[in-house]
Amino acid sequence: MKKHPVETLLYYVAVALVMVISLFPFFYTISSSLKRGNELFSTSLWPAHPSFSNYASLFRDQPFGAYLLNSVLVSGGAVLLSLGVSVLAAYALGRVSFRGRGVLMMTILGVSMFPQVAILSGLFELVRALGLYDRLGALVLTDLIFTLPFTIWVLVTFMRELPKELEEAALMDGVGVFTLIFRIFLPLLLPALAATSLLAFIGAWNEFLFALTFTISPEQRTVPVAISMISGGSSFELPWGTIMAASVIVTVPLILLVLLCQRQIVSGLTAGAVKG
Amino acid sequence: MTSQTLTSAAPVRPSSAESSLQRSRQRTAWLLVAPALVVLLAIAGWPLLRTIWFSLTNAQLGDLTQLQFVGLDNYIGENGVLRDAAWWSAVANTLRFSVISVTLETLLGLGVALLLNTPSRVRTLLRAAVLVPWAIPTIVSAKMWSWMLNDQYGVINVLLQSLGLIDHPLAFIADPDLTFFTIILVDVWKTTPFMALLMLAALQMVPSDCYEAARVDGVPRLRVFSHITLPLILPAVLVAMVFRALDALRVFDLIYVMTSNSRLTKSMSVYVREQLVDFQQVGFGSASATVLFLVIVLFTAGYMAFTRRRMQGV
Repeated sequence: MKKHPVETLLYYVAVALVMVISLFPFFYTISSSLKRGNELFSTSLWPAHPSFSNYASLFRDQPFGAYLLNSVLVSGGAVLLSLGVSVLAAYALGRVSFRGRGVLMMTILGVSMFPQVAILSGLFELVRALGLYDRLGALVLTDLIFTLPFTIWVLVTFMRELPKELEEAALMDGVGVFTLIFRIFLPLLLPALAATSLLAFIGAWNEFLFALTFTISPEQRTVPVAISMISGGSSFELPWGTIMAASVIVTVPLILLVLLCQRQIVSGLTAGAVKG
Repeated sequence: MTSQTLTSAAPVRPSSAESSLQRSRQRTAWLLVAPALVVLLAIAGWPLLRTIWFSLTNAQLGDLTQLQFVGLDNYIGENGVLRDAAWWSAVANTLRFSVISVTLETLLGLGVALLLNTPSRVRTLLRAAVLVPWAIPTIVSAKMWSWMLNDQYGVINVLLQSLGLIDHPLAFIADPDLTFFTIILVDVWKTTPFMALLMLAALQMVPSDCYEAARVDGVPRLRVFSHITLPLILPAVLVAMVFRALDALRVFDLIYVMTSNSRLTKSMSVYVREQLVDFQQVGFGSASATVLFLVIVLFTAGYMAFTRRRMQGV
């Protein structure tokens, strides 16, 4: 269908507008992070003399490397545990018809939807009882509240799409259920697993409420809490250059990963959310 | 819904050997689900029950074992949460935030989804671009926008001034008239891509012969959208809205980082955490947490009743 030139023009104007609005804030963040001293307050789009001094001070004045490591450990731990448990559950929920399955699925969805702050006091008690207060383990455990339901739901959707013949043939050969899941299904699910883990990882990486509540000493901080706590001499002179540098460091890996796995992410997101 | 169709489609064979095989398969299924269930019961179910229990006591954060049962005092007592004006202002803020931001995100998301659904050379580039705000952590986007909206050195103020739209810099975060608008702006910026992607998925499921037929009949494009596209994607749009609304009702990070203690923007989650952690009032805080939980349950139940009626009506 031939389009009117005005319509084509409008389309490109709209596209340009959306791209600028989406990309400008992060571009400006990068540019601010490279400005030194008074240049920061000039609002020029790009510094005349880009400098990495903000990045250097981030690692020199505080243990930002340790914060990054904490975040990696917590998110990685939560994702690995979730995947291990949810692959088994997803096979059962996705491929075996048994009574109570629908209720189970709705309950699991309910857990991922309810407000985390609503169970904060109960969790506090649990975390303390397990001796995990002010330890990274507390965050791994509590992050499972949202990563586990999410990975189960997404993997169930992907499990359902695997051909039935494959399973029938395997069962005919007398293959055990673990062999079936780990040797036959898992290799086929690898792309799906990658996308699911990435999305769960992002969720855990960005988690703020639990990290703020269940850790107190600076050594146990994750990056989001560390960024929220970067402060200057007084509340009126925040070190914006350093904050922007920290923002760039935690965001760039995520953006790269997301852009790399665009296709799988879009299908993972829709599997996790739309098939309610 | 999907699970039911699958259940009924599963082959049911009368032979007894088959059915014993079926039974053992079901036993295995329960064993495989068990670890996930145990974990969820331990970290979500149990804490929820304990929170409800704490809400009936005068527990303090310092020592959770020293507590007395106080009945419904934390709810309807003299200083109960339901009589606290600050709580009701947090409820109002949260509802206002959720309604406005979800509405804007749905409308803008639909617009972006339509752009993404138009075949063109720049489509992949556009999709990559809109994924960027979504991938940025909430804390980072809160800080980023706080910096850009800074009343003295913010680039947005400079831009608006040079365009002649304002004659003096605006205090987007400190000015009581603007702070709520600012929070919504940042949330809409970050979350619209998510809505757009969900709606794009729905748009792509509309069978192309619908459009073909409309084209052959010469139906105007706007009518095609309102009479064919919109009704077909409406169920998916509603589901996406509910997911977003549930997320918006528990908003915490954005408001905590951008305006922390301002009563003008304090959400239910920020209020609850303040009571629990900053004021150490576990009993009172748990009561407000329980009310928050009930609000969300009511919302979800209302939605499910609504969709069920709709389904039966069709």
